[in-house]
Amino acid sequence: MGVQQPTPTELLNIYYYLKLTRGLEQRVITLYRQGKIVGGVYLGTGEEAIAVGSASALEPSDVIAPTHRDLGANLMKGITPKEYMAQYLAKQTGLTRGRDGNVHFGDITRGIIGFISPMADLLPVAAGVALTFKIRRERRVVAAFFGDGASSRGDFHEALNLAAVLKLPVVFICHNNQYAYSTPLSRQMAIEHVADRAKAYGMPGISVDGNDVLAVRNAVALAAARARMGEGPSLVEGKTMRMRGHAEHDDASYVPPALLEEWRARDPIDRFAACLRDQTLLDDVTAKAIDDRIAKEIEEAVLFAESSPLPDTKDLLDGVYAA
Amino acid sequence: MEITYLEAIRQALWEEMDRDERVFMLGEDIGVYGGAFKVTKGFLDKFGPERVMDTPLSESGFVGAAIGGALMGMRPVVEMQFSDFIACAFDQIVNMAAKHHYRTGEPVPMVIRAPYGGGIHAGPFHSQCPEAWFFHVAGLKLVAPSTPADAKGLLKAAIRDPNPVIYFEHKYLYRHIKGEVPAEDTIVPIGQAEVKRPGSTISVITYGAMLQHSLAAAERLLTEGIDLEVVDLRTLQPLDMATIASSVKKTGRVMVVHEAPKTGGIGGEIAARIAEELFQYLDAPIVRVAPPHTPVPFSPVLEEAYLPNSDTIAGKARALAGF
Repeated sequence: MGVQQPTPTELLNIYYYLKLTRGLEQRVITLYRQGKIVGGVYLGTGEEAIAVGSASALEPSDVIAPTHRDLGANLMKGITPKEYMAQYLAKQTGLTRGRDGNVHFGDITRGIIGFISPMADLLPVAAGVALTFKIRRERRVVAAFFGDGASSRGDFHEALNLAAVLKLPVVFICHNNQYAYSTPLSRQMAIEHVADRAKAYGMPGISVDGNDVLAVRNAVALAAARARMGEGPSLVEGKTMRMRGHAEHDDASYVPPALLEEWRARDPIDRFAACLRDQTLLDDVTAKAIDDRIAKEIEEAVLFAESSPLPDTKDLLDGVYAA
Repeated sequence: MEITYLEAIRQALWEEMDRDERVFMLGEDIGVYGGAFKVTKGFLDKFGPERVMDTPLSESGFVGAAIGGALMGMRPVVEMQFSDFIACAFDQIVNMAAKHHYRTGEPVPMVIRAPYGGGIHAGPFHSQCPEAWFFHVAGLKLVAPSTPADAKGLLKAAIRDPNPVIYFEHKYLYRHIKGEVPAEDTIVPIGQAEVKRPGSTISVITYGAMLQHSLAAAERLLTEGIDLEVVDLRTLQPLDMATIASSVKKTGRVMVVHEAPKTGGIGGEIAARIAEELFQYLDAPIVRVAPPHTPVPFSPVLEEAYLPNSDTIAGKARALAGF
């Protein structure tokens, strides 16, 4: 089963989303330090290739179940910078209208199951979305993301087992970023690769360089093609590193500085930019044009969020139930 | 024609599956075996394995999958083999399903059928009444029918409701009671209590298997000049305070009877709300009749001592009438 290689336009699109993700998250850090963000800030810095590479391998009608490190996938599914910023500022114009914060948003009409805090909770839900595709004979796939820490939870195991037994079209995608809050991988599992867990459920498991966006894209595309053919779920593990704290309040002083330095040299965006320049798909002019476009989008988003109204307290009780 | 409570549940499921192809069932042993209580016997042959889906032993997994199906516009009905095992799926129910609409505005139309209750000598893990665990959580609807007609009408309402509904079906009632059920497609609206026996001395507010015991107590007390009004809540969340209030205003004396432990039970909330909102109509302190703060014991003599019955209800009613 081969994978369609991305066209130059698609490659530049991937580059754009990697940069947009990094740019938006950097801007959120600034807003956080200015005291403008309500609550915590959860970033995917250094892990953008897993979110963007995976989402770039999907069809428009596919569904994602993202984590808090998957802004890039959300953006590729149609979440706008304005919505993202308004959500962080707890505004009425955010995706949850101030009812939930930071990256806890989604929109099923755009193919996004909204992330929630308990880790791995979205994995069984993703299996249910895939089950629906199977029942309706729709050739659609769900990309369900999780972290190394989440793979210790029961819902991870229940979801993978359920999806494998029922042969559901899901691609389970792991950000193995070495740390779950302060807990290192060695305290999370007694095996080396999260992908090894796949064998226990009777599905293929593959580990790829999570900082190589095209490697991620390729692995997810293969797994998605397999799922679309009715051959069931797969597990794709992207090896990466969480380059910041669990959230921005966390200085991550428990992470050895040398480890961060080692991974900084493998930054997924720098690497992809170099790759594009090698192929002469990117030059200074194109790079600047993309940077300028992103800078403008980010500033418009901040302006939009800052000038948006807060939720009206008279709506506090509305919507506990669907009518 | 009179049918059993179990047959009423079966009919509601059958008719809803027949009426709406979005309705499908998930659970352990519901297909080939027909369910632990044979509620779904014959469904597999009629509706096929994709609509009557046997799952792995995986409560959190299949409740999560039902949520995914609901998000995609299906109408999943989950059978929790025993409501005791619902604890395994607690997180999916209270964190994912219950909060989703409030956060995102997306409906989660799903039903969890929860066979509950004691009186069948089944011990601490097959007899519990866990409704209060969920009563506390905003976003869930809870129903607990006490008669075949209500069992059928409320299950139809639950399946058509756009919210997550936990349908508490009492195991003791399955084959112990029979009743007339309307032949036509009749809905019992969620949120409406019913006065099952009008009376003037005391309002007995109850639900589930305790309805029958309360009605039996009422018959016995009639010769003593004590005339119980028996209010069957039918829906526990949202509570029908209007029906409760009109009964309280009529009698001035209130007894709440339930099979779940008194400590932290729904009766405490009902008593508190009556005290807050209707104090001026009360002629006596509110009485609660419910089991003690212990697990449900196994030995028949212990279980009999644990559960309220028409004797204990009548005894408390005499004392309350004489206050």
